[in-house]
Parts: sequence; structure tokens; C-alpha cells
Amino acid sequence: MRLSGRDLRCVRGGREVFAGLDFEAGGGEALALVGHNGAGKTSLLRLIAGLLTLEAGSITLDGGEPDTPVAEQAHYLGHRDALKPSLTVAENLGFWRDFLGDERADLDAGIRAVGLAHAAELPAAYLSAGQRRRLSIARLLVVRRPIWLLDEPTSALDVKGQELFVGLMLDHLARGGLIVAATHTPLGIPVRELRIGAVQ
Amino acid sequence: MTALGAIVRRDIKIALRVGGGALIGVLFFLTVVVLMPFAVGPDLALLKRLGPAILWLGALLASLLTLDRLFTADAEDGSLDLIVMSRTPLELTCAAKALAHWLAAGLPLIVATPVLGLLLNLDGSASLAVMATLLAGTPALTFTGMIGAALAVTLRRGGLLLAVLVLPLSIPVLIFGVSASQAAIVGPVPFGTPFTILCAISLFSLVLGPFAAAASLRQGLD
Repeated sequence: MRLSGRDLRCVRGGREVFAGLDFEAGGGEALALVGHNGAGKTSLLRLIAGLLTLEAGSITLDGGEPDTPVAEQAHYLGHRDALKPSLTVAENLGFWRDFLGDERADLDAGIRAVGLAHAAELPAAYLSAGQRRRLSIARLLVVRRPIWLLDEPTSALDVKGQELFVGLMLDHLARGGLIVAATHTPLGIPVRELRIGAVQ
Repeated sequence: MTALGAIVRRDIKIALRVGGGALIGVLFFLTVVVLMPFAVGPDLALLKRLGPAILWLGALLASLLTLDRLFTADAEDGSLDLIVMSRTPLELTCAAKALAHWLAAGLPLIVATPVLGLLLNLDGSASLAVMATLLAGTPALTFTGMIGAALAVTLRRGGLLLAVLVLPLSIPVLIFGVSASQAAIVGPVPFGTPFTILCAISLFSLVLGPFAAAASLRQGLD
């Protein structure tokens, strides 16, 4: 599997964020997007996720499911957690499992894997920022997608949570998955760096 | 189908829990209708004549009240991004969300109508007629209102804008809804004529609404 972008140009609010950007990542590989604030890391992730429109260039995926857009083979873990405060942990995760995947994946295993088993019946409104992040990470586990698009994935996670997430990412890579992550802090896994924007 | 069922179940669950919109809509409906006799005065004949119009206006405003959160809540917490990325066509997801909204916020209004009809001096058959027209007409309110709700996502704080956009679109529904109820109560037009047109408007908006809303959501991505 190979995800690549050629000559990408992104414009937001009438201003050019970046232009002429190339990137490439293969299965089992993690690409870390680095750059100063506003360089366009999140924009690139959202372009790959199909949430922004390309002004120029193309993004292609070789070796994935044929005739399926990249977005539908990818998970997007953004700044916002996509959790409903009035639903419990299990209900939130159960909704995304049913909505995103058709397989009857094991919810409890997903909740246990991120260390939230004790809070499964708690409404998401009572979760801390780190717990909310853990719950959105569980989404990546219950529905399998080959591409993970991660935006500052380790923010709000404690040391233990970060270690846990490193393990999950390594698992994903070992299965032949692919990670593109925007980050300021080292992810803790072997990565290839892609610098976006001028060095400041 | 699993995906659409999941959306409908989730939205109904959220609407029925504390802070959800279902109860607020009914309470608002109740308040508007209870206020009317105080404003109009104790003239029973007049109340009976205005009854269907008051119930329809109340239902229209109550459904508008909860409609603006239809997409903005999902946009704010990031759920909308994942919904747009998913394999389920956005048009179908929009239709499922509107259906859930109607089940949670529209049906309770219809159930409450006979009780409120008593306050407006409507007898059993008149209340039944209003209920029938609301049952046929409120889906049109939800599905056209959904277009405005989708536009409100693009424009931050579009709550009031929603009312300005959606209310003109609901004029035909209001006209034929009220005239069908009047036809059933006092005549002289047969009930069937305006009622059929009302059903036609509902069917039309069931088709148009999801497509327009999905197009507007895609446009508003950023």
C-alpha cells in the first residue's frame, strides 16, 4: 500500500497555506508532519481526509481497496473528539462502530484496550480531556481502517496513555497500516519527517 | 442500513435525555398555545375558529426551536467530519437525522395536540382533523427546515438566520395545513383537496431536503 500526494496546493479563506507539496508513505510506515503553527499540518490531514478541497495536485492510494475514496479507508482523529456528552462511553463508541463499520467488532475489547473499562457506563460529559482522547482512540481500534490520520494525537494524554498509544500505533504499523500524524512532540515510534512551511 | 439505524437511534437517545430537545419543543408548544386564549380573550366561538391556525403556528415554531441544533451540534464536536468521511452517502445520513428529529420532536407535538385542542374549544373530531394534518405536514417542516439547519453550520451562530430562511419556505405547508383542518371542521371545501396538496408538499420535501442539506454541508466544510 502506498499513499502519495503530488504538487498539492491548499488555499483557505482566500490565502495560500502551502503549494507544491509532495509526500509519500508506504504500508507499515509512519509519516510525521512537522512545522510551525499555521504551516498547514492540519490542512494537509484534512485534504487527505477529503474534508478540504484540493486547489491543485492529486492524492492517490495504491494497493488499497479499489474504487473507494481515500477518505473511506482512513480514520481521522482531530482536535475535536466527536463524543456526545449525554451518551455513555459504551454508547458513544458503539455508535461509531455501527456507523463506520459493519463488522460486529468487540466494544468491550476496544474500551479495555484504552484503559476505560471502569468508566464504560459513565456519560462522556464526566470524562477528563485525557479520557476523552482515549475514547476517541478506541474508535480507531473497533473499526479497522488501513490509514490513520492523527492530529496532535498525544495531546492531553498522560505518560501511561502515551505509552499505551505508542503500543497501539506499533500494532497498527505491524499489520501493514499507515500513519500520517501532525505533531510537535516526538510520537515515540520510528517516523519519517515531512517538514511543512519555512523553517523559523 | 446499520449505519442509518445507528444515526436514528443515537439522535433519538440524545433528544430524550436531559438537555435534549424533545421535551423543550413540547413545552414551548404548550406555552404558546396556552398563552393564546389569554391574548384573544374568552370568546369561545372565536377560539374555535382560530384553533387550528394557533395549533399549526405553535407546532411550526416549536419544530423550528429544536431544528437549529440538527447539524451544528455535530459540527461543533467534530462528528460531522467523520460523518462526511464515512461510506454512508451524506444524503441518506441527512434523511436519517431528519427522521430522528421528527420522531423525537415532531411526533410528541402531534400527541399533545388533542389536549391543547381542549384549551381552544376544539371538539374531538376537530382535534382529530388537526392531528391528521399535522401528521401529514410536520415532516415537510422538518425536511425543509433541515436545509436551513445545514446552512446554519456554515455561518457560525446561524440560529436566527435559520428562522429567517426556513419560515418563508414553510408558508405553503402552513396554508394547506390550516385550510385542510378548517375544511374538516367547517367546510365548505372538501377535506381531501387541501390535504392531498399538503401530502404532496411533504413528499416533495422528503426528496428535496436531504439533497439540498447534503450539498450545503459539503459546501460548508472547512
